[in-house]
Amino acid sequence: MAYNVSDRETAADSLTAIKILVAGGFGAGKTTLVGSVSEIRPLRTEETLTERSDQVDSLYGVEQKSTTTVAMDFGRITIHSDLVVYLFGTPGQQRFWFMWDDLAYGALGAVVMADERRLADCFPSVDYFEAKSIPFVVAVNCFDGTRRNSLESITRALNLASDVPVIACDARQRESSRDVLVALAQHAIARQQGRRAA
Amino acid sequence: MTAVQPTDREWLDQDAGPVVRPYALTGGLTRPSGQRFDLLDMVGVVRRSAEDMPRLAPEQAEVLRRCQIPAPLIDLAADLDLPVGVIRILVSDLRERGLVSIHRAQPAGVGDLKILQEVVNGLQRL
Repeated sequence: MAYNVSDRETAADSLTAIKILVAGGFGAGKTTLVGSVSEIRPLRTEETLTERSDQVDSLYGVEQKSTTTVAMDFGRITIHSDLVVYLFGTPGQQRFWFMWDDLAYGALGAVVMADERRLADCFPSVDYFEAKSIPFVVAVNCFDGTRRNSLESITRALNLASDVPVIACDARQRESSRDVLVALAQHAIARQQGRRAA
Repeated sequence: MTAVQPTDREWLDQDAGPVVRPYALTGGLTRPSGQRFDLLDMVGVVRRSAEDMPRLAPEQAEVLRRCQIPAPLIDLAADLDLPVGVIRILVSDLRERGLVSIHRAQPAGVGDLKILQEVVNGLQRL
């Protein structure tokens, strides 16, 4: 039973897949955000540590380790039948950077989740997206509804370019998480249009 | 090397995770052949013939079953609960056999303001 499915190729060509990364430190709310706006599924990667990652990944003491298994959060939002947004909650630790180039390829942009109590945890993510010129927003996850610092002070603490949106959010709330994604998409548009100075 | 360390004998349920090492699923292949593809690339069946089936791993047969309508690589990995590295190898092997084709995903949204606006509008409706 052999048959041709060339007529279906047009379906593949017309599907537009948008990739958004959700990064940040451990416990900053990546999983919560992906779960509140999309149907979340765990995704495993079994990846070989490449030469590229060797440069950022200290292998001291584990020189035998050549592959590593990483779990990440993966969510899908169907905007319409041929436009789908994929969310990837990516491990924020530097030792997982070997995955990021793969994930970041062609991405619309990134949400960097920040926990005010451990702001330094999101430095590596901010550095990465700045270096790659990938549009990103910083979402300050306010678990208990209280904010300790002004958003302006967070912009200063992270030394962000003035056009990078910093948004307070409650990642548990679907609307709040949605607003973060909308802000990111709008920021990506603004960058495209080049109307704002970096 | 990833160490799997069963601590007792009660590890044969779904929650325990895979019971075989990834390379066992890939017939010993450790890397994909040909051009590396993106997580969002679409996998579509070119042909599915009865004589090919016995030579395929069960997971590959399942890929063929699911890709009658082209599916993103990432969805295959999640649906089959296989690590991304494993699904890449299985799919590249299927491509070598001429059974599937890979459609490169456009880096969508990066340069297309119309699509970006569609994304904004769509997200706002959530």
